[in-house]
Order: sequence, then structure tokens, then C-alpha cells
Amino acid sequence: MRALVDHGVNTIFGYPGGSIIPAYDRLYDYRDKINHILVRHEQAAAHAAEGYARVSGRTGVCLVTSGPGATNTVTGVADAMIDSTPLVVIAGQVGAKFLGSDAFQEVDLIGITQPITKWNYQIRSAKDVAWAVARAFYIANSGRPGPVVLDFTKGAQTEKTEYVPTTIDFIRSYVPVPDTDPSSIKEAAQLINNSKRPLVLAGQGIELGNAQEEFHAFIEKAQLPVGCTMLGLSTLPSNHPLNMGMLGMHGNLAPNVKTNECDVLIAVGMRFDDRVTGNLDTYAKQAKIIHFDIDPAEIGKNVKTDVAVLGNCKNTLKAVTALLEKNEHKEWIESFKEYAEEEDNKVIKPELHPDDDTMSMGEVVRAVSEATNNEAVLVTDVGQNQMISARYFKFSKEHSIITSGGLGTMGYGLPAAVGATFGAPDRTICVFMGDGGLQMSIQEFGTIMEQKAPVKMILLNNNYLGNVRQWQAMFFGHRYSFTPMLNPDYMKLAAAYDIPSVRVMKREDLPAAIDKMLKTDGPFLLEACVIEEGYVMPMTPPGGSVDKMLLEC
Amino acid sequence: MNGIMDKTLYTIIVHSENITGLLNQVTSVFTRRQINIESLNVSSSSNKGVHKYTITCCTDEETVKNVVKQIEKITDVIQAHYFTDDEIFLHEIALYKLSTPEFTECPMASKVIRRYNAHVVEVNPVFSIVVLAGMSEEITSVFEQLQEIGCILQFVRSGRVAITTSCFEHVNEFLETRKQKYEESKL
Repeated sequence: MRALVDHGVNTIFGYPGGSIIPAYDRLYDYRDKINHILVRHEQAAAHAAEGYARVSGRTGVCLVTSGPGATNTVTGVADAMIDSTPLVVIAGQVGAKFLGSDAFQEVDLIGITQPITKWNYQIRSAKDVAWAVARAFYIANSGRPGPVVLDFTKGAQTEKTEYVPTTIDFIRSYVPVPDTDPSSIKEAAQLINNSKRPLVLAGQGIELGNAQEEFHAFIEKAQLPVGCTMLGLSTLPSNHPLNMGMLGMHGNLAPNVKTNECDVLIAVGMRFDDRVTGNLDTYAKQAKIIHFDIDPAEIGKNVKTDVAVLGNCKNTLKAVTALLEKNEHKEWIESFKEYAEEEDNKVIKPELHPDDDTMSMGEVVRAVSEATNNEAVLVTDVGQNQMISARYFKFSKEHSIITSGGLGTMGYGLPAAVGATFGAPDRTICVFMGDGGLQMSIQEFGTIMEQKAPVKMILLNNNYLGNVRQWQAMFFGHRYSFTPMLNPDYMKLAAAYDIPSVRVMKREDLPAAIDKMLKTDGPFLLEACVIEEGYVMPMTPPGGSVDKMLLEC
Repeated sequence: MNGIMDKTLYTIIVHSENITGLLNQVTSVFTRRQINIESLNVSSSSNKGVHKYTITCCTDEETVKNVVKQIEKITDVIQAHYFTDDEIFLHEIALYKLSTPEFTECPMASKVIRRYNAHVVEVNPVFSIVVLAGMSEEITSVFEQLQEIGCILQFVRSGRVAITTSCFEHVNEFLETRKQKYEESKL
């Protein structure tokens, strides 16, 4: 516990159990220093810690027991790995002498989490605790962040040892930030200076490196248009004139089409995920590719790179900016408009102002966003609710989107939002969920009730597993195999947990409901009954090319 | 993916800390990509506390590049590099257990052993043991010839061990620079 406090831990998400009782016993004496949030399921502890980390930049911490307690966090650990979220999971383990004997609640957590952690370690002796904790926090939140699992045997929890405060800031085998080759800076600047049609792809790496300022200077000096990945959406205010929108399968038309027209593609802190690139064989083949990244293993992993600029983008962007010539790229930037207008007419306007009497997801999202002056933190679950809120929510502040990108974890939204309220207590946290995802984590109503966590929950209820239904409609001949949802009465559920709530069926009731939600001090559930068979458009069909998005289906 | 024609036998040399479970992490980089490891040798290196892995696999250059980067990314791995056969000196060792009566009856057998400079290290009335250190092809060829004679009872070969043609051990230089830079950053 002292080791945790020494590493600046003041919030833990956890759930006690047999093999972690000794640690919880010590925690009882540290209640004034560490705020422990009792979740209702260990998976939620991991997601809450992720939400906390994503909004604050600090390492999220979970404390759980061995066996099922530990395996329940595995989804969150995998999620943190693929989305580069700093997380430390401390799990109890049976006593060292029982290891390997299939003891009660024994599981080989080190084996299970080995491929989905940045580092993991089994603490078998109390004298290792200070070292392991120091190493865990250093690894989790240096370089490209990621999850660390500590498997803490019962004996090591009860054993007495002298505590020696330890900090680690060097591991000889681990290079958190690779050296930057000065020639790569020059080559990158030269390519950009000679470019007629540059396009920047902004990823979460910019926020992780706290390089927003450097990034703005970089794009503004040479007037470089930007497409953002979903996790990178809040790196640039939505209304910034160079922000051309979101990339990817359900992103905006213009930046996707222009990916295959630009002459230089500048990727910053992003990893060319298949949901961004679509078919790699037709992806930006005409362009020279510059890739800024802190992780050398990302260079050339999916897309062949011409110039790799390794290092922390806070430094590398600054260095490249110094060598950039001022530029305007007026005509090129102008050429995005045509596509933006086409998307606006064919997709955005019909979504925001539907002919239907029933509300669309998009209009609910936009109304909530505007009611918060576009300053809230957006948390999403996974599916249509995620795509629509990423598309129609607007951002004006940094660290404002928390969503499960790489793993696509349903059930992520609610616990991540709970975590975010502790990571950024001064901000409004709005979580959008579908009826499927909410029910995967609905037990967290209990945590919200107990903590009075001010989560603004917006349920976009369409009585379907909407995203799968959309694919079934488009690619599987409308065969809705197990996607219709029989839903409970969410108002009664919320009432059972003493959470104020309102159900909105009609468009005209929406503004008042949102107003009530935002004015309520504490949690609130707003259920919006939306079009049942809605579609997220535009869409790059799976395996399709980024410049061939479907606008209608 | 590239066709079979583009595949080359690569030797990957990895230096790592000596930590439990690390071998598993290194090999899982291969299994995740469905790459078959042809041979694997792990032992302590010239540097105290540093372990050296020599791994061979058949694949294309694009893949081996990514594999090496993923291995190097593992926190406790110090360095990883890949080589083709012309960039390294390599050796392998093999043990052949032969049936003594058949071995002694056939003059061809001892001829094979002499030709390849193999050593007989044990002879008893039932079996004899022959050791050969050499290139992979030599080991295979001795095996095939003895097999033809029909005197082999057991056969085992080690994984490949290899050293680079470069004059320096890069891992030592790397660790030196890492230490130096860290100390400089502390000043």
C-alpha cells in the first residue's frame, strides 16, 4: 500500500476476494489516502480504470482476487493493450506453495495475460513488492502506454519486510522512447515542403504524448488538412478549419476519399488499423508515406513507410515544424468541400433531420453535444451508438473521447464513464450506449448508486443489436439472426437503483429531457427510443477501398 | 501473402534478460503469425545475466522484419536481429546411436563417419554413439547415408547456433550506450 501511495495512486477500482483479503485489510488503514471504488464486476473495474486513465493521462489501478476475479479483468487488459491505455492490475494469487496444484481459485494469470500485457510479473516474496510496483508503474505509463499485471501471491501479502521506497526510471532492455534519426526529420520536412496535396492522419498518440500544441503549430504552419482516427478525435477541435473529419469505415467521406488522392500521407501517432485503411492493396498507393510513432514495431507493420520519424511526437513534430515552409494549399483544401457537401446532403442532413416521426440516433447525440456546449467528455459503448456518437458529437477540449477502439468491447461504456468521473471530476461525462451494451454492464448501476457518480447516461434504444443487424441487412439478406432484443423496463431498473431517469419517445420532449439530465446533480439515465432499423452511413464495406464509400444502402 | 517461392531460411538472434516465461513470449510472436520455428537454441551468453536465443524459421523478409520488431518490443528483450546464412557462421551438433553389430559389419559406415570427421564416443557390444558437429546439410547427409545402411537406432540434432560475421558483439555496445545515455540524462 505504501508503494502504491508513493506512486501517486489515490484511486483504485476493485473487488475483494479470498486471495486478496490481506491486501484489502491493509487498504482499510489507507482509506484516507486511497479512494477505493467497489465495482459490481471485475471486468468493470478494469474498464473503469481505463476510463480513469484515458481522461486523466494517469495510470488506472485495479485490485482483484485470484481465479475468476483475475480472469474477469482479462477483457479490460486486452482492451488497454490494443488501445495503449496505462493500466496496472493487481490480482491476488494462491499461496506460493499451492502454485501449480490446481488449488481453489488458482489460475495461471501470468500465462493467460502474457500476450496482452506490456509486462507481467508474479510477486512471490514481500521483498519484491516495492520493486515490482515501481517497475509496473514505470512500464505502464512510459513510452507507448499499456497494461501491466501483477500476480500477487497470498504469502507475499502477509509476509513482513522492511519497505524501501523504490522508483524505477531505467530498464536496460526497455527503450520507451526510441532515438530520432535527424535525417528522418529533414526528409519528412522536405517531403511535406514539396507536397502539393498533403494529408495528415491524427491518432491518439498525439494526446498520449501531450503534443496537441506542437501538432497545431505543425498543421497550421503549412496548412495541412487533417483526418482524425476515432481515438484521435479530440486532438483537434471539431470546428478547426483544417479538421476534415473522422477516418475509417464509418468516418467522413472527404478524408477517406482524399487518402487515395493525396501525394504525401503524414500519419502521426496512429497504427493503420484495418478499420481505418480498408483494403490495404488499394490504400494510398499513390502517396509517399511519413509515419511519426513512438513504437518502432508499428513502422511498416501494415503500410509500407517511406520516412519513419521515431520518437515522442512532442519533440519530433516540433523539429519538423521548424523546417517547414509556410504554405496554404488553398486549392487542395478547397477540393475537400465537394465531398463534405455530398456527405452533408446525402447522409448528415437526413440523419439530423429525419422525415420519420421517430428520433434518429444522430439527432439525439448532436442535441446532447450542443447542450454541453461541445465541452463534455464523450464515452461510448460499441456498435452503432459508438459510430453515431463519434460522428455527431463535437469536441472543443482535449482528452474528450473514451471509447473501445481496437478491441471493440461491448459493455465498456458504462464502467469507463464511471471511471472517467473520478479521473476528471470537473467535467461533464456523457456516455452513449445501446440497449445491448448497457445490459452487458448494467450491474454498474450499483456502483453509480453507491458513489453517486455523476454519469450522464444516454441509452439509444432501438431494440436491436444494431450494428450486427445493419450487417445482416446489408450482407446477409436481412436474416436477423439473434439480433432483436427483448428489453426490460429501464425506468424501473433505474428507479430500483435510485437513479433519476426519463424516457423520451418524441422529438419535442428531447430538449427538456436533456436539460433535466444536465441540471441534475449526480447520475441520470435518459432513454431515447430511436429508429429501430437505422443505418450508420457512409460505410466502407469490409475489404473495400477507402475511396469507395457507400453513402446509401 | 507472398508465395512459397519467396521464402528464405532466416536466423534470428535474440538477447534477453534471464527471466521465467520469456521463452514463451518470444515463441508466441511466431505462433500468432502461424510461422513454424525450424530450430531453437537458448543458452547463456558471454554477458552475465544475458541469454541468447538462436531461432531459425522459413519466411519472407517483410514478415521476418515485423517478427523481429515484435520480439524486440517485449520489455525484457534487449535486442533482436535477423540474418541470412551468408551473414553468419553457423553450426549444429548431432548424436547418432548405431547398432554395434551392424555398424562394425559394414565398412561403408565407418567410411561415412571418417569422411565427415565425426567422432565415435562410445562403443559397447550393443550400440555405439557417434557425434558430429557441422553444417546442417552435413548432419542430414550423414543421417541419410547411415539410414541407408540401416544401422541407426536413435538420432538427435541440436538447434542451430550462430555468431555474426561482425567483429563486435552489438548487444554489449547497445547496453553500454543505454547506460551512458541514462547517466547523462541524470546529470
